[in-house]
Amino acid sequence: MTERLFVIGNEAIGWGALMADCDAFFGYPITPQNEVAEWFSREFPERGKVFFQATSETSAVNLVYGAAAYGVRVMTSTSGPGWSLMQETMSHLANAELPAVIVLVQRGGPGMGTTRHSQMDYFTATRCGGHGGYKNIVLCPDSVQETHDLMQLAFYLADKYRNPVVVLTDALIGMTMETLEVKKAEFGPLPEKDWVVRGRARDKDEKIHIVNSSQGLFPWPYPNYLTFLAHLDEKYKEMTNTEVRYEAHRVEDAELILVAYGYVAGVCREALDMARSQGLKVGMVRPITAWPFPNQIIKEKERQGVDFLVVEDSMGLLVDDVIASVEGQSEIHLLNMFARHSPAEMGLIFPERVFEEIRRLL
Amino acid sequence: MREVVERKLVRGYPKLFLRLPISLVPCSGCQHGVVFRLLCEVIEELDIEGRTVGVFGASCGNVASVLVQVDWIGGPHGRPVDIATAIKRVSWGEAIAFTYQGDGDSLAIGIESTIHAAARGERITVIMVNNGNYGTTGGQMAPTTLIGQKTTTSPRGRDVKQEGYPFYGAEYMAVMKGVSYSARGALNNPGNCERTKKYIKRAFQKQIDDIGFSYVEILSACPPDWHLSPLECQKRIENEVIPAFPLGEFKNVDQLE
Repeated sequence: MTERLFVIGNEAIGWGALMADCDAFFGYPITPQNEVAEWFSREFPERGKVFFQATSETSAVNLVYGAAAYGVRVMTSTSGPGWSLMQETMSHLANAELPAVIVLVQRGGPGMGTTRHSQMDYFTATRCGGHGGYKNIVLCPDSVQETHDLMQLAFYLADKYRNPVVVLTDALIGMTMETLEVKKAEFGPLPEKDWVVRGRARDKDEKIHIVNSSQGLFPWPYPNYLTFLAHLDEKYKEMTNTEVRYEAHRVEDAELILVAYGYVAGVCREALDMARSQGLKVGMVRPITAWPFPNQIIKEKERQGVDFLVVEDSMGLLVDDVIASVEGQSEIHLLNMFARHSPAEMGLIFPERVFEEIRRLL
Repeated sequence: MREVVERKLVRGYPKLFLRLPISLVPCSGCQHGVVFRLLCEVIEELDIEGRTVGVFGASCGNVASVLVQVDWIGGPHGRPVDIATAIKRVSWGEAIAFTYQGDGDSLAIGIESTIHAAARGERITVIMVNNGNYGTTGGQMAPTTLIGQKTTTSPRGRDVKQEGYPFYGAEYMAVMKGVSYSARGALNNPGNCERTKKYIKRAFQKQIDDIGFSYVEILSACPPDWHLSPLECQKRIENEVIPAFPLGEFKNVDQLE
């Protein structure tokens, strides 16, 4: 099935989930992601799927936990303060190895902050926002189409690794209306979900299934706590080794490389075109997975003597990942949210401002 | 409602109760083990073990997931009701979902989930074991701690001016429109054990019959944190706890309003 629609990014989340055969959505209203829950409430029940509005984000993510343990494809979406509330259960999902997709449409923080766009939740998304040092893949779309595509990848990766996957977008992508080609993506076979908790009768030998997040009490099926952690560690290493995704744009001859994700990547692409038209050798690396971070390409370019300009709509979070990727040879510059065109909450980093910075540096 | 068939197991263990060489209920005089046994008997008698999923949060009763031989999910403290709600909904009513919680799990940290599930008439069953304090963490004050009762966080005794009144779970649930069944039982003598078993069975029957939310609160002893012997605990339950937390059915309807 291929269908062309004209929709906003928040609705593309729903279309992507539908193409991924998501079975259930649980959520709680929070701006700027309300169109996501509204889409599911409209489209899911008539397709025989579960939509349910929870009484808080805490409740929503625990409903996700239950549905994931039952073995269906399930997701939620949230923003800012709601994301904070979900962190406890994010940690439990990682511990109990439950596959789920959590969409984070970033808004301005901290606190209630603003209901407008920002990129200020990069750390809590990529550095384990909850307790216990777990890890989860973070996918960062930069357009409506890619939101739809990465939603499908997110469900696949969640099932592949039995781990929560975060789709990190922002209010600007969420509200932007673009053409969307709704298309089912194929990713290959997945392991059978032989661990699901559905009552003993569902197991062919009537064996008992338990999904649990407290190894102190029962490390089962591992002999002890550290064996269990070693298993998680192995899984995280495998993700780091195999799931890095990024877009490298005109980096071959670049002297300065822009690093940006989400809506700011679109801004940088335009600034890059301006610079190139004036003969400035600029390239761009756009992480598609913010975790695992594409540090290999950064390292490689550093060895070729390239400098970096990190552009992000926060006070500076992504820049830390770039700093951690280099060996100290290249210069790393940051253009952060203080480069917005207006100090009010709707302020944006414009391509002209990025171009100005490129010219200053080259 | 279906006739409750009484069946007395005079010797031995219920089939669903896992026999282990050592006791997993660590404190002598703790009554979680009795609740496990009643649960096993009820689930067997209703013949629902094949489609039953139990959910636990954080309480001493978590060992139920080892001893009561059905499928289990363990999640965050206070959130079993949300997890059970999801199980019920994504299975389209096929699963029998119940939670096994303590008073803190159900009435303190998890009260938001509990109240809203009750109000919505979620087709799940909550078994809440009330021992008047936080047993797992060493006897701190709980929402169910009696007025005047000393705990490690109310060392001068629970003072109404400071700590307020206890929370009456079973009575509270009974006023919610979505609730089909709410009762409070005790385990301090054979008669109360039998009655409590009947309450548990009726609560599960409501779920099987697809009528609203069912809630059973069970008064239980906590000898190490009450600093009493098992026998003294039973006397305290009879003389102090039951007068404060009256036993009986607070709601039992065959259809919601």
